[in-house]
Amino acid sequence: MTAYTAIVEKQRRFFKSGKTQPIEFRIEQLETMKRMLKENVDKISDAVYKDIHRSKPQAYCYEVSNVIIEIDYMIDNIADWSKPHPVEKTMMTMLDSPMVKKDPLGVVLIITPWNYPINMAFLPLVPAIAAGNTAIIKPSEIAPHCADVIAEMVAKHFDPEVLAVIKGGVNETTELLKERFDHILYTGAPPVGKLIMAAAAKHLTPVTLELGGKCPVIVEKDADIEIAGKRIAWGKWLNCGQTCLAPDYILTTAEVKPKLVAAMKKAVDSFYEGNPKTHDDYARVINDRHFERLSTLLDKTEGTVLMGGERDKSDLYIQPTILDVKATDAFMQDEIFGPVLPIVTIKSLDEALEHIKDGEKPLAAYIFTN
Amino acid sequence: MAEAAYAQLVKDARVTFARGRTLPVEYRKEQLVKLRDLISENEEALYEAVYKDVRRPKAEAINFETLMLLNEINTAIAEVKNWSKPTKVSRNVLQLTDSAYLHKDPLGVVLIIGAWNYPINLLLAPLIGAIAAGNCVILKPSEVSQHTAELLAQLIPKYLDSEAIKVVTGGVEETTALLKQRFDHIFYTGSTAVGKVIMRAAAEHLTPVTLELGGKCPVIVEKSVDLGIVARRVAWGKFSSCGQTCVGVDYLLCPPELKPKLIEELKKVLKEFYGDDVKASQDYCRFATDRHFDRVMGLLNATKGTVVHGGSHDKADLFLEPTIVDNVEADDPLMQEEIFGPILPIVNIADTKAAVAHINAREKPLALYMFSSDQASIDYVLNSTSSGNVTINDTMMHMSLDTLPFGGVGNSGHGRYHGKFSFDCFTHEKGVLHRPTGVEKMIWMRYPPFDEKKIYWAKMAITKRKIPFL
Repeated sequence: MTAYTAIVEKQRRFFKSGKTQPIEFRIEQLETMKRMLKENVDKISDAVYKDIHRSKPQAYCYEVSNVIIEIDYMIDNIADWSKPHPVEKTMMTMLDSPMVKKDPLGVVLIITPWNYPINMAFLPLVPAIAAGNTAIIKPSEIAPHCADVIAEMVAKHFDPEVLAVIKGGVNETTELLKERFDHILYTGAPPVGKLIMAAAAKHLTPVTLELGGKCPVIVEKDADIEIAGKRIAWGKWLNCGQTCLAPDYILTTAEVKPKLVAAMKKAVDSFYEGNPKTHDDYARVINDRHFERLSTLLDKTEGTVLMGGERDKSDLYIQPTILDVKATDAFMQDEIFGPVLPIVTIKSLDEALEHIKDGEKPLAAYIFTN
Repeated sequence: MAEAAYAQLVKDARVTFARGRTLPVEYRKEQLVKLRDLISENEEALYEAVYKDVRRPKAEAINFETLMLLNEINTAIAEVKNWSKPTKVSRNVLQLTDSAYLHKDPLGVVLIIGAWNYPINLLLAPLIGAIAAGNCVILKPSEVSQHTAELLAQLIPKYLDSEAIKVVTGGVEETTALLKQRFDHIFYTGSTAVGKVIMRAAAEHLTPVTLELGGKCPVIVEKSVDLGIVARRVAWGKFSSCGQTCVGVDYLLCPPELKPKLIEELKKVLKEFYGDDVKASQDYCRFATDRHFDRVMGLLNATKGTVVHGGSHDKADLFLEPTIVDNVEADDPLMQEEIFGPILPIVNIADTKAAVAHINAREKPLALYMFSSDQASIDYVLNSTSSGNVTINDTMMHMSLDTLPFGGVGNSGHGRYHGKFSFDCFTHEKGVLHRPTGVEKMIWMRYPPFDEKKIYWAKMAITKRKIPFL
């Protein structure tokens, strides 16, 4: 028994009653979600800005609008997707009707991160509901304004038996994980991913783990360097480097490096009109702890600063920074998740591939080449 | 084998994988052909080993073990080239000028742990998928089916590439040591309890798992089907392999008015299958070990139901005759865990609705069976219960169609295999978006500094639309 047993059991009873089965019910929930998000765009944008200093236009695009698009897409397809679909037969089953039927799982737990706090809560929630499950969201406590907005909105628009929000930090999450769920979806860091899978193992609960890694970018000399620089800069400094898919580090040759760095400098200048610190469109590091983490790395690095380097703790601000490093640098150990972009100089594509294969499989890999 | 030795074994497999040895489609086909040879050239020896382990008659071994494998191997050989090709995916306005596809990555070094009840099939069927998907494999056959384990440990290095495919034998201790190593996927067939241990060990390395576990597979009987047919198919699904099949019938849910006739038909059918002296029949299996015999006999001794057929047993021969127990209540010892033996409990339920309530009060089973010709009733059961798979009007047969994903849900496991699903099980489908460099005109709105115009156009571009020609 935990503090959360009652809510989980309530949801399970509701699920077992069969009320989440009819498509009309699921569509109704999704329409409610859409309405809820649209009505709260301002509150959401405010909360996102307070938590991570991401500007309003970006808050709308990256947090709300793509969830709404996903909801519409789901509503369009839900009847098709939830239907049984027939499969190919053989001689022996010629007289039979074999098919795959889509069963909802039950009560789903979605544990969400702080970097795109609304998006990452609702994007997994939409299909969980569309598939006929009930859900509990545990929003990240590191984005507390967003956690509050999520909890408020959901309480106002949804029955807790269908959708509930449980706020809290490490202790609350550990308690919550003692309960039995039918699926757990977690977005976050690999070490926590392991804890979640271990907790899930006690109940044989299947997990979806959306984790991270060091996403490498290879830039070859035959690439359009101007465009490569612009696209890398966009991917890196969006959300102040705090995106699981962000380019983590660059692998390129000595020949390409100066041109690439110049292209990235140009891009950053145009993005933030020469002054990232005062520009509305440049986000911040999420909190003190992460600022300290990045600051310590900046102190430890043996790399050369090719761009940026300025920091301001009171503002959780770190300037868009590019470093020239060796493969063994402090910045080359863990996922950076911040606005520092190391460049490792390699002599060939093979060397780049060896380096990547030596490390853990990343969430994404990028290559600019013709 | 010490832990250090296992570490070396896995390391060696990783080196083989890193060299790209298992990647070429021709290599994968070659290994599959050799696996086919392993089976077809050693059939008699395999049947003998299985007989020694579980007393499976040759005909059953052919049906449930080797034939199925040969079909799967032939499918894999014919399809591996297609399966391993990238798969294009549909695109939206934003990716109009890109190519988008799923690239099939093998995972690396995978571990397959077999079970003792179908010791050849349950070890080699996942192997087919692992090889087809381009992985290196460590195989751990069940030590309970000792003769088969030893035979396979001999044959596999003889036929297959031992740099890529390695066999580890041993029991709990060895498996525990093996599980400390890091694998890229662990495929386990066995009990729920051990499934939890495996998942816990896998969590240390964030290793994904496929767990093919068990459960109490119920049979719902309705009046709209000929009870003679029901009895025949249920008896086959229950008493084959002495009840030791993960998708075997566990218990029967039957309305009172059908019971007497059903029991009568079951007795008739059992006589037809095994004759008057079941012990003398060459076609009836035995328990695997003393431990299994004791566990099941314990349940029989403790039941509060009425034994209406069978009951005779002989520990020295690990024999228990097909046994039917009537009037079993929901809290009976026979209803607490998966029986995995030749005892068929009949639980009284008034109707299908009550049967569904009974089933839903328990863990989701690996399979659910229903005999009915009432489509509305069938739909009701399909919509109100969940199980790994379902066969209507037969038992176990969903396994025979490889276009149906074979696997469990909830306590009966997660993940699936057979046919292409086996290939997918051991593959990482990597999404690739390949963009041309010249499309900046289409994505200008995503770069800061932002204004209303950029937001408007971003929304236009991002919205998913049905584009039939893509």
